[in-house]
Amino acid sequence: MRPTSEAELAEIIRTATGPLAIEGGDTRRIGPSGGGAPLDMTGLAGISLYEPGALTVVAGAGTPLAQVEAALAAEGQRLPFEVPDLRGLLGRNGVSTIGGVASANASGPRRIQAGACRDSLIGIRFVSGEGNVIKNGGRVMKNVTGYDLVKLLAGARGSLGVLSEVSFKVLPRPETEATLLCRGLTPAQAAAAMAKALGSPFEVTGAAYETQGTVTALRIEGMEGSVGYRRAELARLLGAGWDVLDPAASAAHWGAVRDVSAFAGVEGAVWRISVKPGDMPAVLAALGADVPAICDWGGGLIWALVPLAGDGKAAPLRGLLAQIGGHATLMRGHEHLADVPVFHPEPAALAALSEGLRRKFDPKGLFSQRSA
Amino acid sequence: MEMPIANAAIVAGKPAIVAALLEVLPPDAVIFDEAEVRAYECDALTAYRCPPLAAVLPSTTAEVSAVLKICHRMGVPVVPRGSGTSLAGGALPTADCVILGVAKLNDVLETDYDNRFIKVQSGRTNLSVTGAVESDGFFYAPDPSSQLACAIAGNIAMNSGGAHCLKYGVTTNNLLGVTIVLMDGTVLEIGGAYLDAPGLDLLGVICGSEGQLGVVTEAVLRILPKPEGARPVLIGYDSNEVAGECVSDIIKAGILPVAIEFMDRPCIEATEAFAKAGYPMCEALLIVEVEGSATEIDEQLALITEIARRHNPVELRQSQSEEESKKIWLGRKSAFGAMGQINDYMCLDGTIPVSALPLVLRRIGEMSKQYGLDVANVFHAGDGNMHPLILFDANKPGDLELCEAMGADILKLCVEVGGCLTGEHGVGIEKRDLMHVQFEPQDMEMQLRVKDVFDPKWLLNSAKVFPLDVTAGRRAG
Repeated sequence: MRPTSEAELAEIIRTATGPLAIEGGDTRRIGPSGGGAPLDMTGLAGISLYEPGALTVVAGAGTPLAQVEAALAAEGQRLPFEVPDLRGLLGRNGVSTIGGVASANASGPRRIQAGACRDSLIGIRFVSGEGNVIKNGGRVMKNVTGYDLVKLLAGARGSLGVLSEVSFKVLPRPETEATLLCRGLTPAQAAAAMAKALGSPFEVTGAAYETQGTVTALRIEGMEGSVGYRRAELARLLGAGWDVLDPAASAAHWGAVRDVSAFAGVEGAVWRISVKPGDMPAVLAALGADVPAICDWGGGLIWALVPLAGDGKAAPLRGLLAQIGGHATLMRGHEHLADVPVFHPEPAALAALSEGLRRKFDPKGLFSQRSA
Repeated sequence: MEMPIANAAIVAGKPAIVAALLEVLPPDAVIFDEAEVRAYECDALTAYRCPPLAAVLPSTTAEVSAVLKICHRMGVPVVPRGSGTSLAGGALPTADCVILGVAKLNDVLETDYDNRFIKVQSGRTNLSVTGAVESDGFFYAPDPSSQLACAIAGNIAMNSGGAHCLKYGVTTNNLLGVTIVLMDGTVLEIGGAYLDAPGLDLLGVICGSEGQLGVVTEAVLRILPKPEGARPVLIGYDSNEVAGECVSDIIKAGILPVAIEFMDRPCIEATEAFAKAGYPMCEALLIVEVEGSATEIDEQLALITEIARRHNPVELRQSQSEEESKKIWLGRKSAFGAMGQINDYMCLDGTIPVSALPLVLRRIGEMSKQYGLDVANVFHAGDGNMHPLILFDANKPGDLELCEAMGADILKLCVEVGGCLTGEHGVGIEKRDLMHVQFEPQDMEMQLRVKDVFDPKWLLNSAKVFPLDVTAGRRAG
């Protein structure tokens, strides 16, 4: 099924009797594909409104991400949250859609400064499990009218409803960028350096540590003069040992961090771990020194490559997270690991609330397959 | 403004309810004397008042849980209250309710600069959160005008904004986690010092739910390093249209000022008479503020003034000193006080697409003539969040009703041009009956179902946000 209008989408859902598999470009789905009748969302495409002066763009959920990004780039703007392209990591080759981006709350390195996808998503239209068209939020960036279902649907991976249209707040693309890079730091030293930089007034928009090559990188973006000033101040703050990457090298570096390129095509299961940034060294220790990791968000987002054996280190990892807080999602390799839940188990009371919401939004259980 | 008829059985059961509350709280934390409960009869929307059955002031999450368990068991409605600064009537009681005030919950629980968060109890005031970290060079970004008094609990309930959200976002963008007590007394930790949710983003829907889903007792808030400096530029134009174009051009040029404030002529005149900030008399005044080091500020202001000049300003004043900056902000910050000197006023906060600004200001001017009520406009132009202030005389019979009718017309206009009823104050009771202007029945139904899950008996702040006829069946159940 490939609806080409919201009304058609609503009709399909209203009359559906069995599970549906909502598909954008199939570039972000994680976990087992649970079956269900394919519902191809690419027919609901097109940018319906773009006002550069109001920093707002509205598009059909099936609009290719690349189309949105190109339209913004033509006006010197961009999506603030630096959308990761995980096709390499996940071994897919589809066309990422903007609805899939929202459904996965897909957010890259700039999340630490500009917020996540959910922070820029200012409005949605979606179809509930009963086939009703629902709108929430809108096209203005300050809106507290009624409950914020926008946040609830962002990252819900289609489990509460099918997005038909999304509105985003966008931001100007900065004039230039620069990266400071240091090799040879231990995880603890890297965490400390990143905390120092992120605690400075120099507006760091990327802070990541990679265990392979022990590379720590810090990014600054903005107007030419400002970037030069902050780069110098930051270097002074951090002390000796930091090299400068020019804008092109900087962009390439953060593209690789954003897309977790180092693990693309390399055998192994991949965890995506969200913790308090300062807990990064403890997580790496629990995983073992031989586990390659890319630690973005100042250490708060850890991508770890583990062997396809046993439980893929799920027990020590989730055991530690139960003590220190945070969560881990198995992004890749579940089919090779024994009985490892892909999504992080929630405390019973929270799980009950979430389940209650899913039943209210999707009484027929059509969207039980989390997709994106 | 209609409120539900108090449940006579609950009112009659007051002695038993008070006795049960006194079993779980110290005597001074339960207020039930008829004169004393009057302290809680209204919030900052003072046109509406109703003394509650009782008010409680718990000091711990456990006490909040105990109170809610009692009220849940006895079927008593509960209205949570932060500092009572809501302009929308978010904390207005009903005669059969218990006010649950979080004022005693005001401690800082944890400050962590390496991970850039602070954990506070929810009764702590907004400004005192920044106060707790500013000597170490940090601040908490959302800055509603009432920040000296308003509580974090209320900020979370209303998803409060402020003048600087163009750059830093509103409460929901700066909230990492909460401890929340559900109506049945269940205590939940949602989120934490990490940056995203493991499953559904429950934190996202709790923020801005106007105290209808649970009582937040603790919050993990993101703190940011203070910028090195900030400086505003004052730009005056002889037309609203041109000022609007200037705002749009600044944004399109790739600059993201930390604030862009807009004042129209009636507002300029009133504030100038009141605060004497030295504003030029013109149709539209912009205050554009940028942040950074001295060099960075110069770089940005040079670009902004170049853009401003293209539109032939009648005044262009770059602040050269801390003192001058203060003076430029003085008028803007005293705008509400200035209007209060002239008359009673009602402050709206609808948001519009920035492109609709000239049209909306023109229509508001027409409505002002039609209703015979003066209006001054002051607002956050970068994000389209308007604050029309309608002047009226509370002592003149019928004037409040006239003012409310005009306010409703303005908010309908905001929705009509693609905006919304409220940008940062919340719906409360004030805009409750206008929700159908912005939402279709099925849109609201989906929101009501969220409350069904969190508060199945509909006891928590239930007479707010949604029109009473829409929630009637649920509140009765």
